Amino acid sequence: MTATLPATHPLQESPMDRVGSSNNPPPRRRQAPWADAVFAVLAHGAAWLTLALLAGIIGSLVVGAAPAIKEYGLEFLIRREWDPVQNRYGGLVMIYGTLMTSFIALLIAVPVSFGIALFLTELSPGWLKRPLGTAIELLAAIPSIVYGMWGLLVFGPILSTFVQQPLQKAFSGVPLLGTLVSGPPVGIGILSAGIILAIMVIPFIAAVMRDVFEVTPPMLKESAYALGSTTWEVVYRVVLPYTKTGVIGGIMLGLGRALGETMAVTFVIGNFNQLDSLSLFQAANSITSALANEFAEAGEGLHQASLIYLGLILFFITFVVLSMSKLLLARLQRNEGTRA
Amino acid sequence: MNWMSTRIAPTLVLACFAGGAVAQDATGAGATFPAPVYAKWADAYNKATGAKINYQSVGSGAGIKQITSKTVDFGASDMPLSDEELAKNGLIQFPTVIGGVVPVVNIQGIKPGQIKLTGALLGDIYLGKITKWNDAALVAANPGVPLPDAAISVVRRADGSGTSFIFTNYLSKVNPEWKAKVGEGTAVNWPTGAGGKGNEGVSAFVQRLPNSIGYVEYAYAKQNKMTFTLLKNQAGNFVTPDDENFKAAAAGADWARTFYQVLTEQPGQDTWPISGATFIMMHKVQDKPAQASSALKFFEWAFNNGDKMAGELEYVPLPASLKTMVRKQWAEVKDGSGKTVSIN
Repeated sequence: MTATLPATHPLQESPMDRVGSSNNPPPRRRQAPWADAVFAVLAHGAAWLTLALLAGIIGSLVVGAAPAIKEYGLEFLIRREWDPVQNRYGGLVMIYGTLMTSFIALLIAVPVSFGIALFLTELSPGWLKRPLGTAIELLAAIPSIVYGMWGLLVFGPILSTFVQQPLQKAFSGVPLLGTLVSGPPVGIGILSAGIILAIMVIPFIAAVMRDVFEVTPPMLKESAYALGSTTWEVVYRVVLPYTKTGVIGGIMLGLGRALGETMAVTFVIGNFNQLDSLSLFQAANSITSALANEFAEAGEGLHQASLIYLGLILFFITFVVLSMSKLLLARLQRNEGTRA
Repeated sequence: MNWMSTRIAPTLVLACFAGGAVAQDATGAGATFPAPVYAKWADAYNKATGAKINYQSVGSGAGIKQITSKTVDFGASDMPLSDEELAKNGLIQFPTVIGGVVPVVNIQGIKPGQIKLTGALLGDIYLGKITKWNDAALVAANPGVPLPDAAISVVRRADGSGTSFIFTNYLSKVNPEWKAKVGEGTAVNWPTGAGGKGNEGVSAFVQRLPNSIGYVEYAYAKQNKMTFTLLKNQAGNFVTPDDENFKAAAAGADWARTFYQVLTEQPGQDTWPISGATFIMMHKVQDKPAQASSALKFFEWAFNNGDKMAGELEYVPLPASLKTMVRKQWAEVKDGSGKTVSIN
């Protein structure tokens, strides 16, 4: 007895049978002919809305800062005084503070993040990767005001006793380094703010670096290893060039956070509107800290306009930094494929 | 379950609305100094009458901005507006509580009330002219006190604040160089010093930095048990900061002439030189008389019942004679048709 399938079993039928004898494909189901158009409009709209918001923000910043721009023009960038009583303002102190703290933050954060990413991808034992990765990401989740409080209450005294005072004693007579460490060693100032910013920024840069290091094709790395490269040579000559877009993107992400960070900086930077010395220990002010402290109380007129002008300058600094990163990437990509 | 949702839920909803319709709410914004006492008063007032008073402590300057643009029913500021500014914006102002600003130090081995300062010395410290604790002038004013050979860490307010206004107003009165170089205001061009955010920030800095000096509202100094200094008042006596001495400063002011009084350097044997009142501003002509009535009822209640609560929080309530003057001023708050807003 042969087991055969009934003639009408689906496996016996061919698709042609089900549609009738004309052998035409089934009619296309047009349930919502307008769906494509609506989706296209929404997608376009979202993109244009983003651009419009950006333009709107720039526009309102320019309008708000107009009195200060009319009064000072570009001289605002190099004026030092900030006197609300006599209505004289200048942005140099804040701009210097922002740039200097971000520079210190990156100086510390980039090598450390690179080390973390390198360790996590190449060197760490398997059982350590997940916990360490999670710990780094938890650092990013800590709110910035908690960093500020921690910086003021815990980190400041430690920095003062174990770093600033010994450095001051060691370098007291030395020409350039002596000036850099000459301010009051109380744990408040540019150095303190820079280090706290570095701690805040490390998780971002490390996470991005680790992710891009992990997606390097294993074939490339194994080929390099097969030719006898050391781990360092593989990382420096194969992984880094392959991932340079991601690495630079991660650094820019960190820099963006460092430039815009407000609450952590305002706790530990000292809010001091003078620029007397190059010392890293000196209290200073940053653009975001000045805005956070003074905007609610600023009188209408030149004070408020100057603060908005500072905001516009910060916007511009971020824009410049972003453009420089794109230029850097373009130049690096031009050198691809050439001999080192 | 269906009958429950059809009967109980709507009843609850109606009950909420009914409760809200009985008493009118009022909103205010401004100075951080009186925020604790306004919050306590509002809470007790709500328990007593059911009306809700919302107060946002955003700073004196922001409070003034909000009342002039009529986004709130009353504004609060430690810095009083001058009579011209009041007239220009159609506002009245009246004081509610009195407090003092107290210099605090953090020097090892120094107890509260041990250091004596004069206004001139305090000004010089904040100008950056006196940089060490064992400076000759400080030692001369404090014979026998073990002042260390250490740099003074000056702390002041980073944000704009009425406390800073009272303090800089005092320094302008007693130190001519301060008046010429820096002046007074809620935010000034401080010659030196690290800035803390709010009274809390200044207290935190002073408590953390060794050999530091700062200025805070009396409530913060007392609650954090900070080391305050004595100050020389106009009569030449070194006084301690406490309620009696703030009251003495208020008593000496000429409130009948105008409420624009800054109670610094007031005459009197025991007056504390850096006292100040905190003020409420309201519009003379009200678009929303019900809200204004609600706000004034709150302050009337607070004047009658809030003295003890203010005292518990280290504020000095107004003397009775001043309260009578303030009530007379409330008669000037009228609605659009010229009728005085009711307080009863």
